[in-house]
Amino acid sequence: MNKIKVISLVFLVVIGATIFGCQAKAEDPYHKVSLDGSTSMEKLMNALREGVSEEYPSLQLEPQFTGSSSGIEAVLQHRADIGNSSRALKASEKKKGLVENIVAIDAIAVITSKDNPVNNLTHQQLIDIYKGKIRNWQEVGGNNQPIVVIGREAGSGTRVAFEELLKIEEQCQYANEYNETGPVMAKVGSISGAIGYVSLDVLDESVKALSIDNVEVNQESIQSGKYLLQRPFVMATYGPIEKQRKEVQDVFYYLQSPKGQKIIQSVGLMSPQ
Amino acid sequence: MERSMLSILAHHKSKSTVEKAAAIILKGCAIVSIIAVLSITAYMFISGTPALFKVGLTDILFGQVWAPTATHPEYGILYIILTSILGVFLAIGIAVPIGLLTAINLSEIASKRVRKVVKSAIELLAGIPSVVYGLLGILIINPLMYQLELFIFKDSLTHQFTGGSNLISAILVLAIMILPTLINISETALKTVPDDYRKSSLALGASQIQTIFKVVLPAAKNGIMSAIVLGVGRAIGEAMAILLVAGNSVNIPLPFHSVRFLTTAIVTEMSYASGLHREVLFTIGLILFIFIICINLVLTYILTRGDQHE
Repeated sequence: MNKIKVISLVFLVVIGATIFGCQAKAEDPYHKVSLDGSTSMEKLMNALREGVSEEYPSLQLEPQFTGSSSGIEAVLQHRADIGNSSRALKASEKKKGLVENIVAIDAIAVITSKDNPVNNLTHQQLIDIYKGKIRNWQEVGGNNQPIVVIGREAGSGTRVAFEELLKIEEQCQYANEYNETGPVMAKVGSISGAIGYVSLDVLDESVKALSIDNVEVNQESIQSGKYLLQRPFVMATYGPIEKQRKEVQDVFYYLQSPKGQKIIQSVGLMSPQ
Repeated sequence: MERSMLSILAHHKSKSTVEKAAAIILKGCAIVSIIAVLSITAYMFISGTPALFKVGLTDILFGQVWAPTATHPEYGILYIILTSILGVFLAIGIAVPIGLLTAINLSEIASKRVRKVVKSAIELLAGIPSVVYGLLGILIINPLMYQLELFIFKDSLTHQFTGGSNLISAILVLAIMILPTLINISETALKTVPDDYRKSSLALGASQIQTIFKVVLPAAKNGIMSAIVLGVGRAIGEAMAILLVAGNSVNIPLPFHSVRFLTTAIVTEMSYASGLHREVLFTIGLILFIFIICINLVLTYILTRGDQHE
């Protein structure tokens, strides 16, 4: 008897808590800013949402990740306040009234093992390596050693960016594909003939970053636009920032503040300034 | 209250409520797992079949090109299916002799002390998370395989070098991973063989080895078969370890090719897949699910047949 009482009491408490919890959630006093666009910017958006909610407790970001073009479309149709795009806006899009606010730069480093004597590749050599035309490091001035071509899985933001920037979509012949950066780094670090690509933030001492067309990958070369493998992260608005709602302006002010800049760096991106 | 509960006759009404309530709770718990199985089955078929019709059954099952993000996407998983089947059977081929002989050693020959040491080693092996096997594979097996690859394909102009991430590495890792299952279950099977069999065989003048291979092993056949089937089940469902060692490019399953298994095909691309691509990944899940159901049916068949014999 007692057991039944206890059990039914527990059930009641659980049910009660659930109902109460739902009710508490229903009302909310937040100001909302909707964002739509690039899946590559998901990491940045989630970090930004956390940061903003700390700084402005009543401001809530609602990011969606549907792809750059569809995000831009959403802003044009006033379905979203901000359109995230991981490519520069086209002239036609700017003509329709969109403003390109570059908030960060995403750069990709090409890496090899540290004992590889090759330090530089031209972008054509890089293309030929990933297309499978160049198969030995000898052909680009290295040791007589086969090249092990490593990349990310289909759909990965880094892979999309890498292939788009070199214009080799659907033509790459990968020997290994990994679904995370970690295995790419581990593999390139442990196999002497390997080549791979990762976003700049994860670079460490275990691998060597190659120069592309004699441009080293570093903050300076990226900000000056000399480094080839980089793309802007754009948060497009309809009309200039000053004409947006106050909440939307707050998001941009926050991004420019030292705290916002820290968030950009923490997700492995570079500041455009 | 306590006292009256102890009496057989007193408060029989409230006692029967307790009985009934307990029965309902127990039934409820049993239903939870049935519901789980049914809903998973339903979900797999609901989410896995649409892509079959959109892409076409033969295009998926017998297509040889996997290019899900191309402008004209192709979703052929023939090589992926072949890799899974071939990889699992070769892994079983390596693991069964080792596992079976270990089990025989443990149950028939080994002294108590040896048994204790080997047993605890196997339990440890069973407890290691699969991602650790993967890391060991990427740091130890892959570089060794790469040396072998460099040696074998030294003058080849057509071979795509994989850095040791190939079918062999995956098979080796799988074989090690299924060893504990094989050993534990076949050992239990051997132990259940009545001692009379052994004694009679020895009394008839057979040596110990003859007794093991001609008498004990045939008597434990069903248990050993189910150990093998369970090993197949474990191997075909493994994802994390081979994700790290197999290279994950879709290729014909040849020893030195980088290959993709059914499980890794899902894991690799699930995070960013969308639309039809995602639906096809669910279809791959469905195919894997059907494989595992078949394996379980075989297992049930073996076990029921065993019951009829005894």
